[in-house]
Amino acid sequence: MKRKDILGIKDLSKSEVNEILSTANAMRETIDRNERSTVLRGRTVATLFYENSTRTRNSFESAAKNLGATTMSISVAASSVQKGESLVDTGKTLDALKTDVIIIRHSVAGSPRLLAENVKASVINAGDGMNEHPSQAFLDALTAQRKFGSLAGKKIVIVGDVKHSRVARSDVLLFGMLGANVTVCAPYTLLPQGIDSMGCDVDSDFDRAIEGADIVLPLRLQLERMDQAFFSSREEYSYYYGVTQKRLAACADDYIVMHPGPINRDAEITGEVADGDHSVIEEQVTNGVAVRMAMLQLLTANVGGEL
Amino acid sequence: MILLKNATVVNADGMCETDVLIDGETISHVTPNIECFGAEIIDCEGKLVFPGFIDMHCHLRDPGQTHKEDMESGTRAALAGGYTTVCCMPNTTPPLDNPAMMNYIRTRSAALDNADVYPIGCITRGQKGAELCEYGRMKEAGAIAVSDDGLPVSNGAVMLNALKYAKTFGLTVLSHSEDKSISGTGVVNAGENATVCGLRGIPKAAESAGIARDVLLAEEAGARLHVCHVSTAESVDIIRQAKKRGASVTCETCPHYFAATDDEILSYNTNAKINPPLRASDDVDAIIEGIADGTIDVIATDHAPHGFDEKNKEFDYAPFGTVGLETAFSVAYTRLVLTDAIKPTDLCRLMSAAPANILGLTDRGRIEAGARADIVIVDPDAEYTVDARTFKSKGKNSLFDGWRLNGQITDVFVKGERKTL
Repeated sequence: MKRKDILGIKDLSKSEVNEILSTANAMRETIDRNERSTVLRGRTVATLFYENSTRTRNSFESAAKNLGATTMSISVAASSVQKGESLVDTGKTLDALKTDVIIIRHSVAGSPRLLAENVKASVINAGDGMNEHPSQAFLDALTAQRKFGSLAGKKIVIVGDVKHSRVARSDVLLFGMLGANVTVCAPYTLLPQGIDSMGCDVDSDFDRAIEGADIVLPLRLQLERMDQAFFSSREEYSYYYGVTQKRLAACADDYIVMHPGPINRDAEITGEVADGDHSVIEEQVTNGVAVRMAMLQLLTANVGGEL
Repeated sequence: MILLKNATVVNADGMCETDVLIDGETISHVTPNIECFGAEIIDCEGKLVFPGFIDMHCHLRDPGQTHKEDMESGTRAALAGGYTTVCCMPNTTPPLDNPAMMNYIRTRSAALDNADVYPIGCITRGQKGAELCEYGRMKEAGAIAVSDDGLPVSNGAVMLNALKYAKTFGLTVLSHSEDKSISGTGVVNAGENATVCGLRGIPKAAESAGIARDVLLAEEAGARLHVCHVSTAESVDIIRQAKKRGASVTCETCPHYFAATDDEILSYNTNAKINPPLRASDDVDAIIEGIADGTIDVIATDHAPHGFDEKNKEFDYAPFGTVGLETAFSVAYTRLVLTDAIKPTDLCRLMSAAPANILGLTDRGRIEAGARADIVIVDPDAEYTVDARTFKSKGKNSLFDGWRLNGQITDVFVKGERKTL
């Protein structure tokens, strides 16, 4: 792959997307065989997280370790960032420490791009504001592909706080590229203006949207949005938009339920569904490591030629 | 004495081929074929000669934020852009909210002797939206208008009284009209591009609802209101209707609102982070229509210089604003005159005559015998690429950096004196 950074699905070509997914699928098989690789021996991968995260950070770190890389974890609370160091200066410091790949999570959209433009290291976006979360979209797509094969013509419904969700944006773009029909569903307060321009259908009626769906993906409900008047109550939200066993009866026969986690049981999804036969939530976690291994290997293989 | 030969003089009410004689600080004659022994002759063949431009809305950052701009760099930037008079907004540190601060701006700019600078005083003390400033005393000390630019007066009753109190002293309120409760924490225009980029949107209604309120308050008070930097179709429409009702309302827009759309944010370019935000193309069309039909009276710059590192930040953390003094004329000439949306005479109205009229600067804004000799000569055929590094302004944060533009300022006279650009 001839690129320095992975900042979002919107920058990637169809062939790059397929390269990442096929490499990730191979990585998943090495995980299942408990194999360790050393392709990243001597390389340093740093995680730079300006937002809290356990699962994404751990997933990237275990992906790096599975490939033999040294990992460095910059915890914002304990670093010079607290003393007012700018993102650009922090990036330059990581460059000087000979970091090969920086995994960044940031609450401000576009920050990974700012970092990438100012450092020599490769940059992977692990989530930026409401913009994108590409590795999450790849793990969702890999999980769906491993279930269905081709996603062409498959219907995916993304339900919940689409407005504030980077997962929703990356999924809309990636599943769209892979030929799936994507519908986003939420009350109008949680639907961003013009989301249909990204290539999806929009519906505020979940019972209608879910009809014939192959994939149902509820987004995590952020309860603090209630105070900002985006919805009225957890109870009313789950009544109209919760993923319940009853609603899932309208899906296609062989549907799957995904969730980016962490789950609010009985808010956006019932425990019964999350733990049920159609749930692939744990598969997603394993595939997350595979996808991140693929990203790291593809980026460093490219840069390695120049070293 | 200076004699401009073979000039194409552009006034708001017409263009003519003529000579212009400058005698001391004043234009003494505007008539063809002037012979004047001993005068310095400047051949203006092929050039356009405008009355010096007047910017009703810029930020000179002096005092207190002089790493961004100061009186010297700001007035040098003004001259480079053909501006002979600029009005600086009061959001300095401390804010321009008392007579002594007016005095500082007038004295300092007189000593520099670049462009003429008039301070705009605050509407409320410290721009806090509560207590009114001393409008009468500030006016005596040089204030040309009042504004709480950037921090609009949210309390409607305070705004109503501000309009009445300003009317008492013959001052115009320049209103950055915005309902901040609607803008929230938005950083770009709410719409498709904001959604695609994952940046928080500012709904258009934040501006138009603010303007609607302020227009109605001005009508209630029977006071004059000038609305700053109009950017949406709805805003233009509200002002158009108010003018039809006979309200004493004028307004301005800025080059970036008719020359650029919010496509500029797709690359997270923080120089495209401006308040009000860059809008979509239908709004840009409505702004151009408003300029052409006279609803929009003035083109102002909203020149907002910032330090490089302040803008080289995460999008949400970068401050709002683009510099504009050194590009406004060329952008307007290229995007409005050369596209046949307006004539050069309209550009004169928008950049010189109307601002002079609104601000009560009766000695300038036109080229005629007896007027103050504030003159700008432009080469309409010159084409160039904007290079922010060459700006006189300390602020290099230009939305227009790298743009190909037509029409270049060649000579500027302030009070009869030719300035080094």
